[in-house]
Amino acid sequence: MSQDANARLTGDFYTAPFGPRIEEEGDTLILNMGPQHPATHGVLRVIVELDGEYIRRAEPVLGYIHRMHEKMGEVKSWVQYLPNMGRVDYLHALAWNWAYVGAVEKLMGLAVPPRAEYIRVITCELNRINSHLLWWGAYLLDLGAFTPIVYAFADRERIMDLLQMVTGSRLTYCYYRFGGVSADLGDEFIRGTHEFVADFRKRLPMYRGLVTDNMILRGRCEEIGVLSPETARRYGATGPVLRGSGVAYDVRRAEPYSVYDRLDFTVPTGRNGDAMDRYEVRMEEMNQCLRIIEQALEALPDGAHIAPDLSERLLPPKGEVYFAVEGARGKIGVYLLSDGGPTPYRVKLRAPGFSNLSLFAELAQGTLLADAVSILGSLDLVIPEIDR
Amino acid sequence: MMAELTALLTHPLAQMVLALAAILAFLGVNGLVLLYAERKVAGFIQRRPGPYEVGPHGLLQPFADAGKLMSKQLVAPMGADRLLFWLAPLVSLAPVVVCFLPIPFSPLLTGMDVNLGLLLILAFSGLNTLALCLAGWGSNSKYSLLGAARAVAQSVAYEIPLLLAVLAVAFQVGSLDLSAIAATQAKGLLSWNVFVQPLAFAVFFISAVAETNRAPFDLPEAESELTAGFHTEYSGMGFGIFFLAEYSYMVVVCAVATALFLGGWDGPLVPGPWWFLGKVFALVFALMWFRWTFPRVRFDQLLNVCWKWLIPLGLANLVATALLVKWVG
Amino acid sequence: MKRLFKTLQGLWSLAVGLKITGVELFKPWLTVHYPRQEVDNLATFRGHIELVPAADDPQTPRCIMCWKCVEICPSRCISLRLHAVGEGAEAGDPGLLLAPELKSPYSAHLPPPPDKIERVLDSYRLNYSLCSLCGLCVQSCPVEAIRFSRNAYLVGTTRQDFDLDLLARLRNPVDAPRPPGPRPPT
Ligand code: SF4
Ligand code: SF4
Repeated sequence: MSQDANARLTGDFYTAPFGPRIEEEGDTLILNMGPQHPATHGVLRVIVELDGEYIRRAEPVLGYIHRMHEKMGEVKSWVQYLPNMGRVDYLHALAWNWAYVGAVEKLMGLAVPPRAEYIRVITCELNRINSHLLWWGAYLLDLGAFTPIVYAFADRERIMDLLQMVTGSRLTYCYYRFGGVSADLGDEFIRGTHEFVADFRKRLPMYRGLVTDNMILRGRCEEIGVLSPETARRYGATGPVLRGSGVAYDVRRAEPYSVYDRLDFTVPTGRNGDAMDRYEVRMEEMNQCLRIIEQALEALPDGAHIAPDLSERLLPPKGEVYFAVEGARGKIGVYLLSDGGPTPYRVKLRAPGFSNLSLFAELAQGTLLADAVSILGSLDLVIPEIDR
Repeated sequence: MMAELTALLTHPLAQMVLALAAILAFLGVNGLVLLYAERKVAGFIQRRPGPYEVGPHGLLQPFADAGKLMSKQLVAPMGADRLLFWLAPLVSLAPVVVCFLPIPFSPLLTGMDVNLGLLLILAFSGLNTLALCLAGWGSNSKYSLLGAARAVAQSVAYEIPLLLAVLAVAFQVGSLDLSAIAATQAKGLLSWNVFVQPLAFAVFFISAVAETNRAPFDLPEAESELTAGFHTEYSGMGFGIFFLAEYSYMVVVCAVATALFLGGWDGPLVPGPWWFLGKVFALVFALMWFRWTFPRVRFDQLLNVCWKWLIPLGLANLVATALLVKWVG
Repeated sequence: MKRLFKTLQGLWSLAVGLKITGVELFKPWLTVHYPRQEVDNLATFRGHIELVPAADDPQTPRCIMCWKCVEICPSRCISLRLHAVGEGAEAGDPGLLLAPELKSPYSAHLPPPPDKIERVLDSYRLNYSLCSLCGLCVQSCPVEAIRFSRNAYLVGTTRQDFDLDLLARLRNPVDAPRPPGPRPPT
């Protein structure tokens, strides 16, 4: 990218000098996509400058649903901050749950019973499939196919039924507790999960036939939004976006937490870093999730599901801690600073979507409007997570 | 008295007026039926019941929708060119009436027997592009404008393969009269042009999907990119008429395809018009089926398909037909 | 030649897609058709919280008014009112009395409360519009006096409709969940 183009990406979109450039480069059109636009599911706003249908520059505008989750952490007690986590990223709520309870546990040096660890793995991976399924459906909706999302929802429904069985919620879970999980798994859940895993394995080829192999879809994804590993690194992209560019970085493998180091799964990576690779990585990840769930169910030990002696007025010691887990969208990090008081002194949430979205401005440059939509979809953004 | 009446009724002008009235009625009913059918098809493909609450099995749903659309306030966006803005839906619907005139539902049931029927349809259906263009321009909205630009490029490009496919059949039969073309296929299944000219049929059908702006070629209204494309700003009946026009064009192209390739009214047991309608709606169903299965193609891919595949294929087919007709027939 | 092959393969993929949707077209519906059918997994559903009656009397709540649920609720949606009866009833603000370990500037000078005061629960209200259904209140209750209801069909048209008086609901269950199955004729 030229120096000039780089300069254009910085600063406020509107304050960049328009007038002379227009005369010098011909007519352009400024289009405001969002916050209510079918392609920016959620309330993302993207301003694009179009030359015909080619995007000259694009800039995501954040903050439309900023809810001060980080500030809320400072005024709520350690326990009371738990339900916030399910609402940061409503699609992979359990990963956020985990990042926060994990951070507090690390700060307090709290041991988690082994059964709880496995329960966390099982539920978190189910939730990951759920998230990828929704991404899959929504992405295809972006590309103009209406039916896949409904099929995805049929499967999601089963996962949500399963998770409802143990967590009581269907979307914004608040299930993990410091030192364990709030409820034990029942036999019915275990049976249901086995059934689901078997059935979902059979569903995946159907997804492939209906969509992945489809010539039109391939035309819309292949060689679109090619992201080099260097660029991905530069923006701090993680998750399937980074893995699609061929970097096998997965927090579950790179900094193993919980019992992931005892489980056998592979980290799928792409080769070209285009939208299709990101797509394939996620599809394969669902398959890997199934493997993880099967193994975890197999290894599920007996015992307590929560560390016994926990008072509600929990006072972690002074200190700071950072804990990261692998969410469906990438590395979810929670940084806590405690002054020994009843509330955290400072909370910082690292949302993977934020870094992944910042790529968009660079990726979208010079593409067609339709490709930009495809790229945006392939980044798998959840806007509440980005704005927090 | 009776004789006079019959004379009056058989007068071509009276016949045309009657036909026009019947066509308008048919268009309305057709819109309602297709609206319902499309949703039911979508519902069943997605394993849900579709409309269900209004009337038994949701049968009255289209009426409720029509009522809703008609009772809505007509809003023109600020800065819109009002004349063009309101003219566009009318320009979109009006020509379709003419397109129905030469369609041979049966040897007798034809609105107007013109020997240039095909030409008439092609000419008037081209007007739809103008409507989309007006709508996009008149709305004073960027999305509409982009949608209109796409619509024009797409229609212009796809008119060529459409014509090539049609011409191949016309060469073979030696007539542009739809009734005559249909009549030559009335000799049983194997005389249908779809078996004689399979390539032309494929080219025709694909171009027809593009020409009617149906998924997967629904770029002018690609809602994930352009919200609703050229009709972004239309509400109430403005949108309703576009909708009606879209469904009517679907029927027109399917009817033409039936007359050209699927043997028209040919078929055993039940009378001809039923066969004709049945074939038309089977094709319409296929269009719906496509829509609920495929993702949308990208703009340049769409044009590539046209220029790199359909037009060469159509041309080759045309030349082959011409040569065959010259030597054999 | 290779391109032709790829195109044919692509066309075949389109046919495969059509076949899949075509097959799905003839499969039965998956959706649950609400007023006529109802979902059957409400046993694990979390509705608003409700009071658990005492074992011996279905009209009295089991709640011992320990204030824990009020305190832990992240969204402060629970509010209790009570009055003390019998000995020590006039000893002052019941709220302060009930959490003796809390020392506020206002309670420091007060005489230590008696060991046991008879208390009566006057009202137990839940502002359901704020509730995040996190379950912290239910888990923190020492006597299991609250639980999640199975009321999945709570609807209302005003904000006040979700300001639930749980005590009244305990005494007079207005919207007990209907058993799954066909709707009773109305
Ligand atoms: S479930 Fe959570 S938010 Fe709701 S009342 Fe209980 S503690 Fe408060
Ligand atoms: S925690 Fe239980 S016993 Fe205590 S006030 Fe709340 S409901 Fe009553």
